Amino acid sequence: MVLVSGGLATGWAEDVPPQVLQDQQRRIEVIRRARAATIAIFGPGGRGGGSGVIISPDGYALSNFHVTSGAGVAMKCGLPDGNIYDAVIVGVDPTGDVSLIKLLGREDFPTVPLGDSDQVEVGQWCFAVGNPFLLATDFQPTVTFGIISGVHRYQYPAGTLLEYADCIQTDAAINPGNSGGPLFNMQGELIGINGRGSFEKRGRVNVGVGYAISINQIKNFLGYLRSGRIVDHAELGATVGTDPDGRVVVTDILESSDAYRRGLRYGDELVEFAGRRITSTNAYKNILGTLPRGWRVPLVFRRQEEQWTVLVRLQGAHRPGELQQRLQRRRRPGPNPGPQKPNDHHSPKLPPVVAKHYEARPGFANYYFNRLEQKRVQKLLDKLGHFSPSSRWAFAGEIPGGLKAQVVLETDRVQLILPGGTTSLEINQEEPNLTQQLSPPGSGGLVQALYLWRRLLCQRIEHFGGMYYWGTVPLPGHPGLVDCLVGLHGGVETRVYVHPQDGRILALEMFADDQSDPCEIYFDDYRRVQGRLIPHRWEVHYGDDVYQVFKWTQVEIQQR
Amino acid sequence: MKPKRCQNWWWGVVAVWVLGGLASSLSAQQPLTQLVSQVHPKVVKIYGAGGFRGLEHYQSGILISPEGHVLTVWSYVLDTDNLIVHLADGRRVEAQLLGADPRLEMALLKLPGEGYPHFKLEPVVLEPGAWVLALSNLYGVAVFDEPVSVQHGVVAARVPLRARRGAYDTPYRGPVYILDAIVNNPGAAGGALVDRHGRLVGMIGKELRNSLTNTWVNYAIPIDRLLPTIEQIRQGRYVPPKPEESSQVRNPVTLELLGIVLVPDVLPRTPPFVEEVRPGSPADRAGVLPDDLILFVNDQHLIQSCQALRQQLQKIPRGETIKLTVMRGQELRELVIKTQ
Repeated sequence: MVLVSGGLATGWAEDVPPQVLQDQQRRIEVIRRARAATIAIFGPGGRGGGSGVIISPDGYALSNFHVTSGAGVAMKCGLPDGNIYDAVIVGVDPTGDVSLIKLLGREDFPTVPLGDSDQVEVGQWCFAVGNPFLLATDFQPTVTFGIISGVHRYQYPAGTLLEYADCIQTDAAINPGNSGGPLFNMQGELIGINGRGSFEKRGRVNVGVGYAISINQIKNFLGYLRSGRIVDHAELGATVGTDPDGRVVVTDILESSDAYRRGLRYGDELVEFAGRRITSTNAYKNILGTLPRGWRVPLVFRRQEEQWTVLVRLQGAHRPGELQQRLQRRRRPGPNPGPQKPNDHHSPKLPPVVAKHYEARPGFANYYFNRLEQKRVQKLLDKLGHFSPSSRWAFAGEIPGGLKAQVVLETDRVQLILPGGTTSLEINQEEPNLTQQLSPPGSGGLVQALYLWRRLLCQRIEHFGGMYYWGTVPLPGHPGLVDCLVGLHGGVETRVYVHPQDGRILALEMFADDQSDPCEIYFDDYRRVQGRLIPHRWEVHYGDDVYQVFKWTQVEIQQR
Repeated sequence: MKPKRCQNWWWGVVAVWVLGGLASSLSAQQPLTQLVSQVHPKVVKIYGAGGFRGLEHYQSGILISPEGHVLTVWSYVLDTDNLIVHLADGRRVEAQLLGADPRLEMALLKLPGEGYPHFKLEPVVLEPGAWVLALSNLYGVAVFDEPVSVQHGVVAARVPLRARRGAYDTPYRGPVYILDAIVNNPGAAGGALVDRHGRLVGMIGKELRNSLTNTWVNYAIPIDRLLPTIEQIRQGRYVPPKPEESSQVRNPVTLELLGIVLVPDVLPRTPPFVEEVRPGSPADRAGVLPDDLILFVNDQHLIQSCQALRQQLQKIPRGETIKLTVMRGQELRELVIKTQ
């Protein structure tokens, strides 16, 4: 460094075109900003460690699951400004090797912007920032520079849970300790989280081949991670292979899967998945590996000359509880509890500031953050207005063909009047059971779903019954991602989709069991009724069919 | 302090390269990604023998003619009748081994058909400090239509590997480009080293560990060293052997006459390993040893099987002196057998 500036002073700088010096100055500035948000992560007592990067001023930071899992709940994070902050685990994605943590104690942390990793091209310059070989004992991160060597790489699970799908390959030096740290484009936008190298016979050092989890995959999971859950990746419920003609075809399919119910069969050729073309099994795995469990994405498949486009709900890559079990197995101290011995969740040794931000619950990395998100979504729902628990809601309007329809919703009663007849549902408030007599026939349980819709607005998230924040998901016909709540009441699973800005309930789904289609209601045409926002158009779907479209002309909410 | 000044100057030069390289590519990033997309289709993935005990069954190759000539390293991967090449457009084709020169650690394959994207062969020589890209299918990360990996680096030196005599286990004795990028990874051998104009300047060599320091060298074999042999092999492919050459001579040499017993010929292409040497025979006097692998007779085409060796000997009349090139361990030996 000294030598180079010496050279500048002795005159060769005059030969350097001004454009070069300007570009260099710009690069220095970009790297300065990128370094400021890069953190060194250490486990309890300064053990273990890796890197991370802050993505919001209130301290949310990304890292690798394999970095934070050693630390458990609480960790210490060093910033390049020389300060050290307590941090708490928020959510983990063990399969994708991503974890979200939150640094505590400031609302103005330096941050980096998230880039678009689908725009990353091979040959483009990039740089990695991090804590290789845990050198950053003074929290000053190391910057390494390189080019993008490959994109959309698929790396098989390396004997563990960790699968790197659709990842970015770089020749910027990625060494142990860089794990969890950021990979940037030359605009200083975060394009990936460095997590894996090809370490083989040369020992655990860089061999010019590093892999970063693409930021677009992480964006898919970010809402899930903020929910404080242990989140799972997706499976289609089918296995695929390449046939002799090089087509990607279904080699096996579960009859209980949504893909099967949507018509996918053995031997069908997969053409497009989640909006991307499938040219090889690697391409398929790349797409699948970036998708969270529970998302509903378009699938295009072909059988002989016919082609279908369907929406499929993705099931979990792991059985319910399997991830948690696996994680607990990892946590159980072995016969030789070395320095990596993780912090006990219920240990009274959690720093007080961390303890205030931590709540243990099965299936969650940290339930505290789920409560936080529930509060945020409840605030959104409150924008619709106040609904008294004993209110009576009456709707009158018509269905296609100009036929009259009526719905009445009360605390313990739902009544649906259609030209063909009347459907009523009485709910025992002591022991509600909604799994019986899904009605009307062909709707998948519309009256039950309506009862649940009213229940959420009247009882709110807190008293709905087993309701928690699921994360952000795509919704058909809606751009971007929306907030999703999951509730368990009356023996059925309810999913509620909420507009992330204005709090409108965009859709509600009721699953009577996990192997059949839900009743779906899409709410639209919100209008004010006595100061409250009420949807005046309901579209009810069941399976592949539209069951009914209601347009309400008269709506009355009687508070009691 | 003279030495320090010297160092100063050197750092300045390094800085100029680096800054020059970075700045021009930063301000004009498009050309670099474009350069990559131009050269990507000219590098192929080769799949052959191996796949067990840490022996990868894949390597890289370079398309050097529209007729599908592929330059690659000579290795056990090619030792199969089922050599498959994945092209950048996803096509999978079967390749045929045209010839090989183990002394240059190179082999030439031929793909069926024509119209292949390819590098033009020209004797480009790079000076130290030249900026290069390395394209290869390292670790076999790419399959079918997935593009091979790209790394960047600088030529640190053009030096003979034997400068560290005995440290590297390779029959190659010529100069190599020493690189500052870690390009010699599993599967990378046979990949392309290109300059900033996209010209082919070298072939990435096999992984080489320095047995003295337990470090790995990063190098490529300069293209100018390979050109004459590439041309010879290509010509050998296209010029059919003259009738008198292929016809047997009246009184040919035989293995029995030389005193060589080969390993049992049980495979379609059993490598011609020497099983036994009859004591006092011409082969014994020339120093042929059991376990020698016979590669060349009189510097002709690479001999790939016991059968090929027998055929080759049938062209040599008794009484002539025979030059035998054998592989003994990792070493190449030239032995002269007097049949009289």
